[in-house]
Order: sequence, then C-alpha cells, then structure tokens
Amino acid sequence: MLKGDFISNLGKVYGIYTGGFIGFVIVLAILEQMGVPNQIIGYLFVFMTIGIYALIGVLSRTAQISEYYVAGRRVPAIYNGMATGSDWMSGASFVGMAGTLYLLGYDGLAFVLGWTGGYVLVAVLLAPYLRKFGAFTVPDFLAVRYGGNIARSVGIIVLISCSFTYVTAQIYATGIITSRFLGLSFEVAVFAGLLGILLCSMLGGMRAVTWTQVAQYIILIIAYLTPVVILSAQITGVPIPQLMYGGILEKISVLEGQMGIVKSHVQPFTTYDPLNYFALILCLMLGTASLPHILMRYFTTPSVREARISVGWSLLFIFLLYFTAPSYAAFAKYEVLTNVVGQPIASLPAWVKAWGDIGLVTIKDANLDGILQWAELNINTDVIVLATPEIAGLPYVVAGLVAAGGLAAALSTADGLLLAIANALSHDIYYKMVDPKADSKRRLIVARVLLVFVAVIAAWLASTKPSDILSMVAWAFSIAASGLFAPLVLGVWWKRATSAGAVCGMIAGFGVCMFYLVGTQYGGMQTWFGVRNISAGLFGIPAAFVVTWVVSLLTPAPSKDMQDFVDSIRLPRGGPIMQEN
Amino acid sequence: MAEKISPEKAEAHWSKTRALMWTSLAIWFLSSFFVHFFAPSLNKIVIFGFPLGFYMAAQGSLIIFVVLIFWFAIKQNKIDEEFGVAED
Repeated sequence: MLKGDFISNLGKVYGIYTGGFIGFVIVLAILEQMGVPNQIIGYLFVFMTIGIYALIGVLSRTAQISEYYVAGRRVPAIYNGMATGSDWMSGASFVGMAGTLYLLGYDGLAFVLGWTGGYVLVAVLLAPYLRKFGAFTVPDFLAVRYGGNIARSVGIIVLISCSFTYVTAQIYATGIITSRFLGLSFEVAVFAGLLGILLCSMLGGMRAVTWTQVAQYIILIIAYLTPVVILSAQITGVPIPQLMYGGILEKISVLEGQMGIVKSHVQPFTTYDPLNYFALILCLMLGTASLPHILMRYFTTPSVREARISVGWSLLFIFLLYFTAPSYAAFAKYEVLTNVVGQPIASLPAWVKAWGDIGLVTIKDANLDGILQWAELNINTDVIVLATPEIAGLPYVVAGLVAAGGLAAALSTADGLLLAIANALSHDIYYKMVDPKADSKRRLIVARVLLVFVAVIAAWLASTKPSDILSMVAWAFSIAASGLFAPLVLGVWWKRATSAGAVCGMIAGFGVCMFYLVGTQYGGMQTWFGVRNISAGLFGIPAAFVVTWVVSLLTPAPSKDMQDFVDSIRLPRGGPIMQEN
Repeated sequence: MAEKISPEKAEAHWSKTRALMWTSLAIWFLSSFFVHFFAPSLNKIVIFGFPLGFYMAAQGSLIIFVVLIFWFAIKQNKIDEEFGVAED
C-alpha cells in the first residue's frame, strides 16, 4: 500500500488526511452539542490521533537498513520540512512558549529568536555537506572525518547527554497531557504515551517517524492556530492574530500605566540583562545546529539541493507557530488585565476558578481588600495556551483539539529523539564498533530492541517526576552546542582540523559546559560574569573552538586522503561518499 | 562517480561558496543580535501598535531568517550550476 507511487501521491494522501481530520473535529463538535460528555470527547481525540500515528507507523514498517535509518533518502524537501517542524517543536514549545512570553514579555523573545535563527546555520554550514557525506548518524560523520572510534565515542557521549534529558521531558509532557485529559494516573499515562511513541517508530524507524511527523505537524498547527484566530476575531474583529495584536500591545501599555505595573510587556531587558539575553540566543541557535535529531532529518532528502531548500521549508513551518506565540501572550495578558485584575475575588471569570482548582492559577489576596491586584495573581506558564479556548468561551471540542495538538508536538519530538539515541547505540556502537560483520536482519533486531530499551528507561525516569527536568531541556542546547558545533563546522570548513584537535575540542567544550552546569546548579558555584547556567554554552562553545584550533595546529596536518575527502563533500555532484546498504 | 573536476575549478567554486557563506552569516548576525542591541531605542517607533524593537524580535528577524535561507539555497544552487558541480 505504501510502495512505489506513495511518494508521488503525497499531496493527495495528506490532503485527504487533513480533510478527514477537520471532518473528525466537526463530528466531535456535533456530538458535543448533542450532549456527549466532555470526557468521552477527550478520549476520542487522544485515541483517534494516537491510533492514526500507530497506523502510519505500522504501514511504514520496513526490513531495509537504509529505509530504517534514513527513510530511503526519498523524502521530498517540503515534507521533510514539515517533519522537521514537528520533530523540532516539542510539548514545551507548544504548551509553554506562549506562557513564557506572557510572563517575561520582551525578554521571552530570546526563545523565539534562538529557536528559529539556528536554522540559518544548519542550512549554510552543515546540512548540505552532511547530506553529501551520506552518513546514517552524526557520530558516523565524526568517525570518518576524524579518523576513528575515539571521535565516534566522544560524539556518542555528547549525543546521549543532550538527547536523553530532552526525550525524558517529552515523555513527561505526554504523561501530563494524557493524564489531564483522560483522568488516568500520571504513571499510567506516561506508559500509555510511551506505547504511542513506540508504535510510531519501532517497526519502521526513520521512514515511519518521517510520515508520522508530517501527520503530527498538520494536527499541531491546526490546533495551535484555531483558538487564537477565533479569539482575535472576537476581540478585534479580524481573524489574523499575528497582525492584530499590535493594537492589543498598545492597550496593554496603557493598562499597565494605569495599574502602576512596573514591568512593561514590551520593555527589553527587565528579566534578563543584555548579556544573558544575547547569550541565551546564541546558545539556543548554535544548539539548534548541533542537535543530532534535527541534523539527521536532512540525511533523508533525495539530494544535496533538496537538503538546502528543505531547511527553508522547515523554518517556514516552525515560523508559523513561533510568530503566533507572542499573540497568544498578548491576548491572554489583555484578557487578564481587563477582566481578571481589578475584579472582586469572589466573582472572577470561570476559567480562573477552573485552573485555580488544579493549582495552576494561584491567587493570594495580600492586602485583604477582596479585589485582585496584578501582583496577587500567579499563572503557570502552561495555562495560557490550554486556557485560551475557555477564555474565548469556545466549546470543549476546541480544548480537546488543543490537547491533541500538544500531544502531537510531544510525541513527534520524542520519536525523533528516541530514534537518534537508539540509532547511535545500534549503528555506531553495535554495528561499527562491536560487530561489524552483523547482517542486516540482525542489525535491525538490535536497533529495535535498543529503541524499546531506551524508551522504557526514559519513561521510567519521567514517571519519577524529576524536579528540574524543564531546565534540563534548555541545558540540552548548551550541551549540544558545546560538544558538537565546533567539530562539525570545522570538519567541513577547515581542512586543517585534525583528529586530535577535534577530540580534544569536543572534550574541552563538553567538559567546560558540564562543569559550569553542574557546578552552578548543584555545587553552589558562583556564576561567571553573572551568566545564568541555561547559557553555559557561552563558555563551552569558545573552549571547543580554541582547543580544536590550537591542538590541530600542534599536530601534523590531516593526510592527503582526508583532505580529498573534505573536498569531495564540498561538491554536491557525485552521490553520497559513504555508500551503505 | 561523475567526471573529475579540476582542482582549479573546485577551488573557484569553493571560494564563491565561502563568500556566500560569509554574506549569509553576516545577515544572520545582524538580524539575530545587532538589531536587538537597539531594541530600547527602536521601541520608540510604533507601527500598527507594535513598538519596532519588540516587532523585530517577535516577527521581523524571523521573516528575515526564512527569506535568507531560501535566498541562500537558490544562490548556492546557481553557484553549483555555474561550475558544473550540481547534481544531475
């Protein structure tokens, strides 16, 4: 069914799928009007969408190595862009980003900038060259360019360090969303989410993950845009929130002035000083260009040319969500300033009470006057997106849609990360280092077993609700940037970079970054120049570059063969350098 | 494998590629960091209700990034074709 002409029919297949999904939402809306209880609607949303992903996963099962690792290198640029979009946008971006912007105002835009601008670096510095090289994994490239298993091993350590905390956070997010909407206990919900993730990825590897991620992107973007478009139409009369929130920002400033709120929404550098603001942007951008689960998506395009264009499509699809997030924040803040703050605490809007009941909105009447002041209201960052349907007074079906979108975002990122980790273990460690003679059947069995193994450990860790897991996600970017950015970029752009230089550089960057993170977070170490530890890469990245540079110049230049190899990845013509089957 | 490309031609191709890389990174740097240094002063200009400094961080730079990547991809493709090293 998914053979041969599937690729040429992609537009039709996903067109029907999108129409079908919209139809499904309409049917649920009608059911709700007929009196079907909310909980049933919630169940239908979660099970139908996970069912679809699982179905795609099963239909895309494969017994071929290159299909399993790089989807047969046949994914057209635009679809790879969509898949990268959902691979990239995690549960946290979907649910938490708007809330962060609500809380921090201008300073929160560091995340919006940092999580988009890195794609320029991916397109210009890395993706086309890695695609030309033709590896299955990022450590593969390090091993060939820097001659051997030492570089490969260090690369794997960095890869696992940055991806594992990230995947744990995604499974955690899946658990939260499922438990909130299905009323399951959190631990059961984590393992239910895990089952969904495994069904998507285990049988078909990269091929299954790719086509599932495209499906997940469509759901998550519809779910993200719908409530805020309706809200914008209600408040401003025009259903284009991204354009209309300018007027809202003006009104917010006026209200802030009247209420004497010191921290203005649009005023820069109220939470972060400029150093921390720009350091965070830098770390997030360079981290984007170093995260293996993102880089490996560009291994799947049919050509170098398409790999480049595909980065553009990726960012366009990501942009659709990220330029909407600030409008969510603005509309929510306006609503809070007009209809919540200044009201008698006894008669607040229903959504404040509903979210207050589960502890995500807290109200403390500090001056005991019975009226809610700005400073007396505390809203959890996750609430903004999830509560927008209620703020707009929309039926429950829209809230269910948002939950399905959040779930799609968390599942798709978890899939990509899990595959990146499992592939590093099965391809780089097992096949390349332990048993190079293994036949393809054995390799795929090992790959699948390891995938399940890693997933279960991550789910177990998530079910223990580790406390600072969300700050660990931001760390993943600094770790990836410190350990991998310098060796990858210099590997392509500087022929003189030697094996010893790269290995020392990776160890130095990773070491400095980890030292700073662990030292300031757990060891009571003073920060350096006041840089917060989510920007630890600010020290790790230069350390990696300087050490690579110095050690490379102190060691003999790479061999003629290696220099020819670098030349060959710089020219698009001639097919992949590394042919595997 | 395709026919061998002469070292001179490969060198010329690479120097053009490198120039494009630096141009792209310069635009990237300007819109990622440089503009935002001036956010407090840019905020004094207001367009459609958006203070300009806020707008640049929330939308302006993002639009530049998207356009920049597509522009880069087309441009690099032209360079590859010019030197006959594009894929068939």
